[in-house]
Amino acid sequence: MKNVYLDNNATSPVAPEVIDAMLPFFRDLWGNPSSMHYFGGQVRKYIEAARLQVANLIGADPTEIVFTSCGTESDNMAIRGAVESAPRGTRIITSRVEHLAVLSPCRRLREQGYEVVEIGVDSAGALNTDELRKALAAGPSVVSIMWANNETGVVFPVEKLAKMTKDAGGIFHTDAVQAVGKLRIDVRDVPVDMLSLSGHKLHAPKGIAALYVRKGTRLTPILPGGHQENGRRAGTENVPYIVGLGKACELAAWNIKAEMERVAAMRDKLEHGLLTSCPDTMINGDPARRLPNTTNISFQYIEGEAILYHLSDIGIAASSGSACTSGSLEPSHVIRAMGVPFTAAHGSIRFSLSRYNTMEEIDYVIEHMPAIVKRLRALSPFVR
Amino acid sequence: MWDYTDKVLDHFRNPRNVGLVADADGVGQVGSLACGDALKLTFKLDANKERIADVKFQTFGCASAIASSSALTEIIKGMTLDEAAKVTNRDIADYLGGLPEQKMHCSVMGREALEAAIDNYRSGKTGKKLLDGKVICTCFGVTEEEIIRVTLENSLSTVEEVTNYCKAGGGCGNCKKDIERIIAQVRKEREAATSQHGHEKKVTNLQRIRLIQETMDREIRPMLKKDGGDVELIDVVGSRVIISFRGMCAHCHVADVTMKDVVEAKLREFVAGDIVVEEDRA
Repeated sequence: MKNVYLDNNATSPVAPEVIDAMLPFFRDLWGNPSSMHYFGGQVRKYIEAARLQVANLIGADPTEIVFTSCGTESDNMAIRGAVESAPRGTRIITSRVEHLAVLSPCRRLREQGYEVVEIGVDSAGALNTDELRKALAAGPSVVSIMWANNETGVVFPVEKLAKMTKDAGGIFHTDAVQAVGKLRIDVRDVPVDMLSLSGHKLHAPKGIAALYVRKGTRLTPILPGGHQENGRRAGTENVPYIVGLGKACELAAWNIKAEMERVAAMRDKLEHGLLTSCPDTMINGDPARRLPNTTNISFQYIEGEAILYHLSDIGIAASSGSACTSGSLEPSHVIRAMGVPFTAAHGSIRFSLSRYNTMEEIDYVIEHMPAIVKRLRALSPFVR
Repeated sequence: MWDYTDKVLDHFRNPRNVGLVADADGVGQVGSLACGDALKLTFKLDANKERIADVKFQTFGCASAIASSSALTEIIKGMTLDEAAKVTNRDIADYLGGLPEQKMHCSVMGREALEAAIDNYRSGKTGKKLLDGKVICTCFGVTEEEIIRVTLENSLSTVEEVTNYCKAGGGCGNCKKDIERIIAQVRKEREAATSQHGHEKKVTNLQRIRLIQETMDREIRPMLKKDGGDVELIDVVGSRVIISFRGMCAHCHVADVTMKDVVEAKLREFVAGDIVVEEDRA
């Protein structure tokens, strides 16, 4: 069967080069890098090489990179670690459209007595910066606002938000797992204190991620134990996966501009094709400020899960913000925060591309989507 | 992906009886765009106004909502209205070979639309689901009566199950306490009814096994599941009930206590006073 994979914001295929780079660390170089013998000790240099590769992708110093097990861990480490070392009375500021990896730890801290402010967005998904300014003025704060939204691809003006936070004396963390590898990011230009990135969103495997921690940032480790990662994250290093993440970052850095222009061209063709061939459709999120690989389209009067199953039947993988797929009975919190009408919220479909997609695949989707939409609308009591 | 049966997928991919019946005798409409699923059911009776001669549906919703609607039309075609009025959400789910727990509300939507359509024919009422009585869940507009009904018909015992079956509690969650109260009330009434005439009735072996299974599903397993455990019925030999613990219970050092104090006590209460529970050691 055909396999047109357009769900890269969920997870992405592992690059063959990454697999090749990892294999020796299962077969031969499986020693513990902390060991006081050559067999283990020789592995250390590969970890440091990977740290440099990750640092290079975002313009950081290698000492500022901490390896973790997943994006969720990076986010928890940043938020909880910063709050624990911050002065009493520090508030937490985040946005209503964050991934649960950020929202859940913030809400947990709220239960523990911290004040948490969630900043809203407008109908195009843009952050309400006035709300942020007011929240920052109220006192010391730890701010966590994503670089790019996983569902709509909307990119926040992180440079401006980080500056506002720093001017107010706060700590700024950004969940950039959807942005790293898709946008050019340089932490020398953007005053973020911490930045989360995740391997499996950029063609490394699941189970490896990193947190960038700017030099001088106070951070209490949330996983105390051994001295690994300079005492910031204990646990024996996951060497093969760290090497894999390094390789994936090196590949992403290579020609990122041209590659992403190619991806954006495919995304634009897909979007234009679907909007013209399927009536009653709309884009969720500001088209002018988005990741190059993401489009979120609402097919009105029909429901997302039903669309996904029909797409899956013909080998197309996408995702939806509908109630039935969001793990609850209501549409995704991102779509609701934007105030998308219910006629459209339940029928929102996200297509997220990668450099491994082709124009032929895009044509295939454009060719088959109208029939699926027509079929489901023929069933719908809301279509006349 | 959901663990849908082949039958669910078949009815989703090839829905039967789609559309609107011309000059319908009964029209039922439930759900809304806001709720995420909606069903419009229309039927026409035969010339004698006895049996359902034709029935069609339109559904906005997920794969299992579409499949449940399609199944409903197949079930009731040819039935008398009295027969159709007795169709439960269980019948719809069973027809499809089962639905995932979180999707049971799709089968309840089918039953509600059917009731609304029959009501529309018989009394000329609007054919829309009426919010009679006290609304408990304001997010999804579910009444106390509706919650009592799904709880009774499906032997539900937790708030989560009630949410799966009728959506109540699945939005803001503010009504969860009320749902808990309703479940407790239903349980009390059921227990009172059982103690009045449940015990001493003569039952066949088959009925007895079914009663044991039902009691385990309703009274015992939800309790064990709270602690990550579970129990399975292996065999029934006379008054001996042979069970096997699963999950956390399988490794629990107080499983024997659980067996006597929970499993046996409940089975004695709801099935028969002479039941002895043994653990399968095979």
